[in-house]
Amino acid sequence: MRTILFIIRKEFLQIFRNKVMLALIFLMPIIQLIILAHAADYEVKNINLHIVDHDLSQYSQRLISKFQASKNFILIGSSFTNQAAFDEIQKGEADLFLEIPVDFQRNLLRDKKAGLQLSVDAVNGVKAGLANAYATAIIQDFNAEIRAEAAGPAASQASLTIASSNWFNPELNYFTFMVPGILVLLVTLVGMFLSGMNIVKEKEIGTIEQINVTPIRKYQFIVGKLLPFWIIANIELAIGLTVGWLVFDIPFVGSLWLVFGFAAIYLLVVLGIGLFISTVTETQQQAMFIAWFFLIIFILMSGLFTPIESMPPWAQEITRFNPVAYFVEVMRMVLLKGSGVMDIQRHILVMLSYAMVVNGLAVWNYRKTS
Amino acid sequence: MLPAITADKLTKRFGDFTAVNQISFEVKKGEIFGFLGANGAGKTTAIRMLNGLSRPTSGQATVAGFDVYRNTEKIKRRIGYMSQKFSLYEDLTVRENIQFYGGIYGLPLKDIRHQMKQLLANLGMESYARTLVKSLPLGWRQKLAFSIAIMHRPEIVFLDEPTGGVDPITRRQFWEMIYKEANEGMTIFVTTHYMDEAEYCGRVSIMVDGRIAALDTPKALKEQFHADSMNDVFLNLTRPGRQHA
Repeated sequence: MRTILFIIRKEFLQIFRNKVMLALIFLMPIIQLIILAHAADYEVKNINLHIVDHDLSQYSQRLISKFQASKNFILIGSSFTNQAAFDEIQKGEADLFLEIPVDFQRNLLRDKKAGLQLSVDAVNGVKAGLANAYATAIIQDFNAEIRAEAAGPAASQASLTIASSNWFNPELNYFTFMVPGILVLLVTLVGMFLSGMNIVKEKEIGTIEQINVTPIRKYQFIVGKLLPFWIIANIELAIGLTVGWLVFDIPFVGSLWLVFGFAAIYLLVVLGIGLFISTVTETQQQAMFIAWFFLIIFILMSGLFTPIESMPPWAQEITRFNPVAYFVEVMRMVLLKGSGVMDIQRHILVMLSYAMVVNGLAVWNYRKTS
Repeated sequence: MLPAITADKLTKRFGDFTAVNQISFEVKKGEIFGFLGANGAGKTTAIRMLNGLSRPTSGQATVAGFDVYRNTEKIKRRIGYMSQKFSLYEDLTVRENIQFYGGIYGLPLKDIRHQMKQLLANLGMESYARTLVKSLPLGWRQKLAFSIAIMHRPEIVFLDEPTGGVDPITRRQFWEMIYKEANEGMTIFVTTHYMDEAEYCGRVSIMVDGRIAALDTPKALKEQFHADSMNDVFLNLTRPGRQHA
């Protein structure tokens, strides 16, 4: 125990002596949290619209003004040839263009039907899908209006309306949804990099030899290396949650004790993976690449950016081994829904076993004799 | 009296390359045993097998009476090691390095405090206790590293080129420190390629290409090779084209 305390003391001395690292550890994640929370927003606003109006009628004007009134679209230009519109899309200036054909109004009034053409830049599939859906909704709305006018008020038909209510995040606030998840990523990044670089750094500068020639026990060394980063990551989580609460108004519905209790186990997993990486590599560069390999997979498959439920079955199987996915889910469950210990007991059990396996591996793979 | 170190046909191979080839020797307690050889002769590999950092490929060896295969952890309690690579933490102060190494060797806090005082006084570094190690001159760092390596009073200390790159005056002081410890009964196992330092050793073994080419007192070696200095002995043994049995 005493030996472990001496290692922890040494690690803290080294961390706090390195002012650049200190800033990286504590300042950078907070800045990232604030920037990413604003940027990672699924709602597609500011779709650049180009209009080709061949009709120049009263109806076409009404349709255009409906687009202008929408908060999703920005009318960035109009022209009279499709070629000009294509050019705009090619240059990336416009995301979609709407073509209103000649005789649009006349056909509507005389034949009771008219065509419109929407062309969407679908390089970004998500954005294209949403742009298409928003545009279609506006056109349908326009359609309903003119039908009502044509038929007169008496003819309004019975229609089914669906009233939906959004639980746990009633205003569909993206901050509420994203901030707890982003926080998980930042704590994970800092934790895994710190621990992943640590032992291998001592290998590089040669001090590990001096440690290995002492009677220190392997578990003492690993625990002494793990605890300082565990404490730092927990503090970081606390700071992040405070920022989430002050800046983004994240609701803390569930127990904070539960969040930190789970984080305590979760961080053992992340740091254990980092230390294991540190024991299998010889240089910080190698460690960095391996850590990135896992982090990219963990982050992109965490369910933060794309729902796990919409992944193919084999990918869903992989996410069962992704610690980040568990913590993202627990954060959302506890902070937003107020889930209790019983609700997340499966998550806790999985993380506990995971922690034992990876830290066991780290101790086992750390060799005092080569 | 049991020897401090015994090695019998100790061998280390890395793939096809044999770094240490069947070396056999004994080191007596309290002896200053010099391990000479050109760069790449296998000195460091030999030391690493003895102090438990590297597992031998074949052969036998004991250190402080313990087997190097089975009892590496018991050996580690009884030895000190100063590696060729600089082994103190440069971003810690002199004081913090002493505390850390004292701590992981399990010295009581009282002893660490006491040792710290004594050690700093012996080195004349009292006013540098709070200086970062990286801002100390190389010679001072090496003397500090040696003092820290023997802080837990080991029976045997392994020094791997402790004076590499150090000025002659500091080297002299360093050897005075070594003599002082040897007089108090510590066994010193030291590698060097400074031939004048070989003269300070009780016995010297000269390694060439992973083998021990000669082993005796400096005086006997000079007589054997009809040489005036250890330098000539060394050149005689390592001259290109010369074959060894």
